[in-house]
Amino acid sequence: SGLSQQVIIMATRIKYICRHQDEAYKLGLSLSFRQEIMKWNGWGYSDSRFLFNKKGQAEFTGKRYRLSGLILPSLKDWFEGTFGANLQHKSPATVSQVAVAPPNLNEPFIEDLKAAGVAASHDPEDRVFRAHGHCLHEIFALREGRIGRVPDMVVWPSCHSDVEKIVELACKHNVCLIPYGGGTSVSSALECPHEETRSIVSLDTSQMNRILWIDEKNLTAHVEAGIIGQDLERQLNEHGYCTGHEPDSMEFSSLGGWVATRASGMKKNIYGNIEDLVVHIKMVTPRGVIEKSCLGPRMSTGPDIHHFILGSEGTLGVVTEVTMKIRPIPEYQKYGSVVFPNFQQGVACLREVARQRCAPASIRLMDNEQFQFGHALKPQVSSIFTSFLDGLKKFYITKFKGFDPHHLCVATLLFEGDRGKVLQHEKQVYDIAAKFGGLAAGEDNGQRGYMLTFVIAYLRDLGMDYYVIGESFETSVPWDRVLDLCRNVKERIVRECKERGVQFPPLSTCRVTQTYDAGACVYFYFAFNYRGLSDPVHVYEQVEHAAREEILANGGSLSHHHGVGKLRKEWMKESVSGVGLGMLKSVKEYVDPQNIFGNRNLL
Amino acid sequence: ILSYPRHPVLKKRDDFEDVLEERRRSSDLRYALRCYTPTLYKGLVPCKVSMLKSIVLQSDHLQCVIKQVSSESGDSTECVAEEASLILDEMAHRMQLSTVRFFVFTLSKAFKRLFRSVCVNEEGIQRLQQAVQEHPVVLLPSHRSYMDFLMMSYLLYMFDLPLPVIAAGMDFMSMKFIGEMLRMSGAFFIRRSFGGDKLYWAVFSEYVKTMLRKGYAPIEFFLEGTRSRTCKSLTPKTGLLNIVMEPFFKGELFDVSLVPVSISYERVLEESLYARELLGVPKPKESTSGLLKARRVLSEDYGSMHVYFGHPVSVRSLAEGKIKRSQYNLLPRYIPQKPSVDTHEFLNDAAFRLVRIQEENMVLKPWVLIATLLLQNPDGMDLSSLTEQTDWLRHLALAFGAFLDWPDHEACSEVISCSLALHRRLLSVSAGHVQLSVTDAPQVETTPEEAVFQRAVVVLSCASYRNQILHVFLRPALLAVAMQSANSSRKDDIYNCFNFLRNMFSNEFILCPGDSVQDFEEACYLLMKRGVLQVLEHEIVMSASGQSTLAFLCSVLEPFLQGYQVVCRYLCEETNENLTEKEFIPAVRSFCFVSLSSDLQKNALAALLRLKAVRKVKV
Repeated sequence: SGLSQQVIIMATRIKYICRHQDEAYKLGLSLSFRQEIMKWNGWGYSDSRFLFNKKGQAEFTGKRYRLSGLILPSLKDWFEGTFGANLQHKSPATVSQVAVAPPNLNEPFIEDLKAAGVAASHDPEDRVFRAHGHCLHEIFALREGRIGRVPDMVVWPSCHSDVEKIVELACKHNVCLIPYGGGTSVSSALECPHEETRSIVSLDTSQMNRILWIDEKNLTAHVEAGIIGQDLERQLNEHGYCTGHEPDSMEFSSLGGWVATRASGMKKNIYGNIEDLVVHIKMVTPRGVIEKSCLGPRMSTGPDIHHFILGSEGTLGVVTEVTMKIRPIPEYQKYGSVVFPNFQQGVACLREVARQRCAPASIRLMDNEQFQFGHALKPQVSSIFTSFLDGLKKFYITKFKGFDPHHLCVATLLFEGDRGKVLQHEKQVYDIAAKFGGLAAGEDNGQRGYMLTFVIAYLRDLGMDYYVIGESFETSVPWDRVLDLCRNVKERIVRECKERGVQFPPLSTCRVTQTYDAGACVYFYFAFNYRGLSDPVHVYEQVEHAAREEILANGGSLSHHHGVGKLRKEWMKESVSGVGLGMLKSVKEYVDPQNIFGNRNLL
Repeated sequence: ILSYPRHPVLKKRDDFEDVLEERRRSSDLRYALRCYTPTLYKGLVPCKVSMLKSIVLQSDHLQCVIKQVSSESGDSTECVAEEASLILDEMAHRMQLSTVRFFVFTLSKAFKRLFRSVCVNEEGIQRLQQAVQEHPVVLLPSHRSYMDFLMMSYLLYMFDLPLPVIAAGMDFMSMKFIGEMLRMSGAFFIRRSFGGDKLYWAVFSEYVKTMLRKGYAPIEFFLEGTRSRTCKSLTPKTGLLNIVMEPFFKGELFDVSLVPVSISYERVLEESLYARELLGVPKPKESTSGLLKARRVLSEDYGSMHVYFGHPVSVRSLAEGKIKRSQYNLLPRYIPQKPSVDTHEFLNDAAFRLVRIQEENMVLKPWVLIATLLLQNPDGMDLSSLTEQTDWLRHLALAFGAFLDWPDHEACSEVISCSLALHRRLLSVSAGHVQLSVTDAPQVETTPEEAVFQRAVVVLSCASYRNQILHVFLRPALLAVAMQSANSSRKDDIYNCFNFLRNMFSNEFILCPGDSVQDFEEACYLLMKRGVLQVLEHEIVMSASGQSTLAFLCSVLEPFLQGYQVVCRYLCEETNENLTEKEFIPAVRSFCFVSLSSDLQKNALAALLRLKAVRKVKV
């Protein structure tokens, strides 16, 4: 009954109706369904969150995750010890909704849209939901009931031709379009430019979520770009296939979003990053549709036009359909982990693995702080036997092998393929690890490591309830600079926090999260206790800015997969040279002279 | 960090404590053998001396240069690698604690005999203790005496700080036994010149950088490159500074702390030696037997000595906004790169600022004031007027921010007679009349030339004390001379004149390149505050009471102006077409005895070359 009630509430929201009255209800249900089960001012599903219960123990609510419903006994001590936080000092969200200004509607546009039969809304909740991504400053503001410019309305095309109509009308009536996929951006890409005076329309692709065909001969699938990662994977699995593209945000991010930001997946070592996975892209631009004429696997036809689309961050058009490579579901999957005496040894091992090109589906190296962080998420053990075993393991590693618990670090591994090969591969990797002083540390540690990446954003919400704010950011860097970059960036964060009056040393931790032939992707977590600061978000932004400067000074890239958005725009010229930026600008100038796609990302 | 306060007068400095006091009370032997547990760098990678050598030889950088050199010279890489290994053997220190303990014991004895006190600012030591833990440290002492680096290591041992490795000139190596002793107490030896030798440079720079990166020990070297014979700070060299900064530029280290140290002597041990050197008597070659002969110095009183550890300067903060570290992104870091124009400018600027910090923290004794006055009055002064004028000068110096160690609660006349007693070798006092002179003149009749020479030794020795305070008066003095010679009270004219003089003398004194306006304003401010000048919007006017101050300031620069004039006159009148650089100094010396100091002559020539008034032609 709760569900039907929701349907009714939602149905009342639909302001502009499609072709047929009955379809409107159906559409209404799917339209806002995700929005209803997700938090409006935090990460993920409303039913899933961390909290400290009455006994002061941390638990994770809901039923969706492996951790759901479990008690995490060590999280409290880790949390208080790491941040100097205190469960008595709470900073809960202060509002249950935000007030927004009335929409600036372009009536002729709406009239034509109605005639074309495209679903739309200017309900404040719909608009607010699509006015932000998940940068710290965006979520922090929402919790305090503050929000800047929001889209004036939302439209839900249901197919490629709907998008064509919308773009055509947008050009005709000069409204600003901002494509919206899963809303997981962490680059301020979804923020509405405050200087925009035209009506801003959020183009939500969520209704374009079908797999249109699967071609088993060529192992490709043709998919609408609004599909969410987990749905794509689940539906392909039903046919015995997968894409293997698993970015950490895959529960919520969309295929179109991956293309628009040059996404990278955890298992790229087997399946490749998004640019390796796409065979064909269809994008609607103000100039018309851009696509290639065939599905050939590689072409020499001048610069690859896909590369104008990949990473265009919604500045050129809307990706509507993508033909992607698919693979049979692997027969066997195995997690693993290796403990190293220190980070240097770990990096040396990863480098060797990359040199021998034998990286498993995923291999990540967490530094000591992150290892301890992961440990804090260990659920209550049910049997004395397991806790005894854990104790024994710890004794073996720290006492018998002499690893310093404050220096050791752990690599988490994921192998995939047919069973025999996986086992062989596993041995090869563990042999290499042994040369660098690595000790196999079990599947459990490995699996928990990967879990951290799925729950980290939920943990941020917990932190924000107790004066702790944080964020993650990433880069890619040549192998020889990995260690120096990690050390310098972490230290810079600590130092900047101190200089800006942060009372307690911050959490400043990193992991080498992807390996390549010529370098690695490094991922940083950074969080601090903001008690006593008058403008914590500003401090946070200054520190993040400094950290990015440090990354660039140490030979790291502006971004490995998060993208540029508006957050990192200032460094684009430095990153790609003036000529490079000019090339991109001239493409924009040709494709979208009216700046219909006016989110002002990237350029 | 290096932008010193606008008004240097307000600078706060730490207090001193005498470290010899404790030494006079307890056993030196027990002290030398005590448990030494230095504070360590948090990122220290423990590393033996022998390991250090193989790390350097195996480094990508050195391997790369070895291959380059081998392909250029045609020698096999093994052969070049062998050569590199020999260079490193010749260079490397072999620090061992037992040798250091031996030095601690003997130096304790020696210092107690030589000095009344050795004063150290303990707050500076505490800052250093902090700095040593955080980042690799580079110690940058001023260099006035051989004593400097012995004293540095001695003090670091005393305060449980890590013992430094010290870049020393190769000349020491010729002192067979002592050279090896120094090597075992942390000195490493570099050739005086190795301009084009790629391999040597690679071994040397990699050796220093490796020690820095590993946090092996603080690196100590002298920015001025050599001992200043004149007690004036020398134009700093940037080679080693570049080497120790590069690991930061290239991201190999988060930061490096530079610690300027100012070491000042009430009486410099090498006093008359320097004067003779400046007069063209060749420097005695460093030798163990020479050292033994120099034992005589042990029997004299050298007063007190002050060591001031300045605030650590972070290379990171220094380079902020000046060095674009991403310039190193596109080349593998082991491939040696010449510093870019920007980097070079930065290094130069940083080096000048560091030397200025050294200057400012240099303690000045009352004798420095007296020497200044006596030099301005070659016919001597009555004790009473000397006392009066010293007191006047003392207040002027203090107003200009001098770091003067004037005993509290003592009458001015008392202070002066103490100073005169300590420096009696340079003066004669008779019937209340004080005059510079040669007291222990040989009884046998001397030729007039010898007499002039003897007198010159005294004058130059004395000048080396006056020189210690020049940095305090320099800017106002340049302004005073500029006002005198501008023949105008327009601010612009005076500034132009000031700027010309500043430019002319920038080989002679430490004048940060590019600080011309700042220096001018500082000079105006100081003189205005003293009531000497009125600085209006477009004019600078002298006040009635300012005459004596301006006159004094002009006469501070007088000897230098005269010296430069002599050099110019010589070059105009005397020179034949092909004067070689070597002949220049003796030629000027015989041309006019007034400008006797070879240091001044060299500086003047360098300035004229720089200003393109003189041309150098290769033959």
